[in-house]
Amino acid sequence: MITGKFDYYAPSSLPEAVALLQEHGYDAKILAGGQSLIPAMRYRLAMAPVLIDINEIEGLGYIRESDGVLSIGAMTREAALEDSDVVRTRYPMLADATAVIADPLVRNRATVGGNLAHADPANDHPAVMLAYNAELVALGPNGTRTMAIDDFFTGLFETALENNEILTEIRIPAPAAGNGEAYIKVERKVGDYAVSAIAARLTVEGNRCTAARIGLTNVSPTPMRARGAEQALVGQELNDEVIEAAGQAAAAECDPSADLRGSVDYKRDLTRVLTKRAIRKALARAQGGE
Amino acid sequence: MSKHEVTVTVNGEQQTREVEARTLLVHFIREDLDLTGTHIGCDSTHCGACTVLLDGTAVKSCTVFAVQANGKELQTIEGMAQNGTLHPLQEGFWEKHGLQCGYCTPGMIMSASYLLSRNPNPGEDEIREAIAGNLCRCTGYNKIVEAVQYAAEKMQDQEEEVAA
Repeated sequence: MITGKFDYYAPSSLPEAVALLQEHGYDAKILAGGQSLIPAMRYRLAMAPVLIDINEIEGLGYIRESDGVLSIGAMTREAALEDSDVVRTRYPMLADATAVIADPLVRNRATVGGNLAHADPANDHPAVMLAYNAELVALGPNGTRTMAIDDFFTGLFETALENNEILTEIRIPAPAAGNGEAYIKVERKVGDYAVSAIAARLTVEGNRCTAARIGLTNVSPTPMRARGAEQALVGQELNDEVIEAAGQAAAAECDPSADLRGSVDYKRDLTRVLTKRAIRKALARAQGGE
Repeated sequence: MSKHEVTVTVNGEQQTREVEARTLLVHFIREDLDLTGTHIGCDSTHCGACTVLLDGTAVKSCTVFAVQANGKELQTIEGMAQNGTLHPLQEGFWEKHGLQCGYCTPGMIMSASYLLSRNPNPGEDEIREAIAGNLCRCTGYNKIVEAVQYAAEKMQDQEEEVAA
């Protein structure tokens, strides 16, 4: 299918883009990688009378680590994240996730900012950024503001971004001592959305967990943290019983829908199993292994 | 909803057309440029039969608007052969029987071309990962992998010849 008709602008600067958003209000949508938006428009599930293409704006794609923060420009392509040495060596959960987003062709266009702003619970980055406790930076007519990731996902395909704001940067806290992290995804075939996927970032001392953030992919209408699973881990020695308890907590607190990827029961139990795997892999990485 | 003028360098030649903003790059290539080697195999951004090189990077042309290609370079399957000589990838698909119906083949070749431009000597796993966005219903992929390996070897030999 083809999309409905729309007016198209390709501004060459962020202020121009913001001004266009202001001018067109709720008629306008940002076109970033387009790898979620264009298919949605082709299926007529999404429509915008005005598209503002931000691909021609320079300087929106970058990966920089400094002063304890990994800063990623919102227009950074998934392929660039995949190729990044600093991501691969210091942020393996992000590397894990990027490698399983769609396929290599989609990753050449898709952007991390678009993945987050689109807020599809089936997208992989929301759970990852929840686990990272990332901060998001947006630019609007009144200037820049920063949002905590816990406040960002407000509903199905809904975020805290105002309609006249553009997501510009994602900030991830650098790994602390004892950090271990992993993203584990099960998909029916290469390129599919997750049946379930778990993002886990832990801080451990020896075998004892002192901090945990766990994000879940595609098992709830809004990207969610598995707070029950986190609480089952924090302050505990990460033995089999504790890890199983965390898995069961994640299974109980998620809210999957039945579809061609599986029944509710199947997705819940897969969530239990993958939560355990993600915790174990994060623990192994924290302890220096893989 | 106005029309937009789009100028694209297609297989080395500059082309200008007027399109609607909503015209997909794959439709622009097939209908406005008359280059029907780029195929449409799905409606869902899954199959990769539409793969082309946009500014040298492999993309699914069904999930890019033609207006987004304005001012850029586009290479399609028609641009692979030079002066009537098959590109080593095309030769590989012939020699190794890397196709049956041929529908996925242009997309496979463009994806493989992108791989080889970044990694001239890929291992089997790397080839399989690189074509993960291109679906084939006929071959079971093994002969496609062999075709890419053939091309990689031939291109390396050609490089060495030029250097010598």
